[in-house]
Amino acid sequence: MHVPDGFLDAPTSIATGAAAAVVVGVSLRRARTELDDRTAPLAGLVAAFVFATQMLTFPIGAGTSGHLLGGAIAAVLVGPWTGTLCVSVVFLVQSLLFADGGITALGTNIILMGVVTCAVGWFVFRGLQRVLPKTAAMVPIAAGIGAFVSVPVASLAFVGLYAVGGTVDIPLGSLTTAMVGVHLLIGIGEGVITFLAVGSIMAVRPDLVYGARSVLAARELEIRTSSAQALA
Amino acid sequence: MKRPSTKVVGLAIFVVALFLAGVVSFYAASSPDGLTKVSEDKGFASSQKEHATGEGPFAGYNSNFIDNDRLSGGVSGVVGVLTVLLLGTGLTYAVRRRRSDEPSNS
Repeated sequence: MHVPDGFLDAPTSIATGAAAAVVVGVSLRRARTELDDRTAPLAGLVAAFVFATQMLTFPIGAGTSGHLLGGAIAAVLVGPWTGTLCVSVVFLVQSLLFADGGITALGTNIILMGVVTCAVGWFVFRGLQRVLPKTAAMVPIAAGIGAFVSVPVASLAFVGLYAVGGTVDIPLGSLTTAMVGVHLLIGIGEGVITFLAVGSIMAVRPDLVYGARSVLAARELEIRTSSAQALA
Repeated sequence: MKRPSTKVVGLAIFVVALFLAGVVSFYAASSPDGLTKVSEDKGFASSQKEHATGEGPFAGYNSNFIDNDRLSGGVSGVVGVLTVLLLGTGLTYAVRRRRSDEPSNS
């Protein structure tokens, strides 16, 4: 979903650039609370993994392909603020070094593919954690569903920006249908990749997964109470 | 069961990322992505402007100085993984260092 230069007009691109700068600035401050001895070594690696996986475009039929956006996976693994920083680095490098995503559209791409997917992925993930059983096995499932939802929402956000600053007049109804339709399919890939990647780390070191902390803390409490009962 | 250390997990993620970007990426789909396809179908693809770094050495995930397709894409993928890793790690450690400068709350 890398937006090239020219799709959106200058005022809109300047506005998204400013918005992205603000969000990255806030993320730099808030990420401090997420970065500890367990998440800090992994943050750069998660960014590198998201970059690598974005290169793996998968066919979704009708001569169209899609690739991971990565906000949800980053948010669940290292926390939503750190995750926002991770994917912002990815889009910066892609735009400057690989000419993927316009330079004037960098703010747009950070907002659409980074901030929206991090935020939506994280909120859906946390919402599901409240209603699903509080077990480690549910973490990859909730992450996968959050990732799935984040992609069509990001495509809707593009339609919203296009409605404000699109350079060519396109009927918004048909643009919405086309964008959401295609990105529902891409979202399935996003969900599967996120499920597999989060599941792999959960299988070996669940304590490294930021989004699993509430579940693991609950489990430790249970173990303590039962051992206390055994002693009594 | 003995759990792998953080170092081992980190190394594994690094190796997987290098493998995906350096080798597997050659087999990725080459059809246009969702937005590109929609822009073609709906008629706003032509509003795309030329990319300012479109002539760069790694533009389009190809190493323009290497003729072999497989190697060209693979090298650009590895360069990308290393660049993102350096920037990402540098950024997170910079953020973290500022945190430990403050009176500790841990």
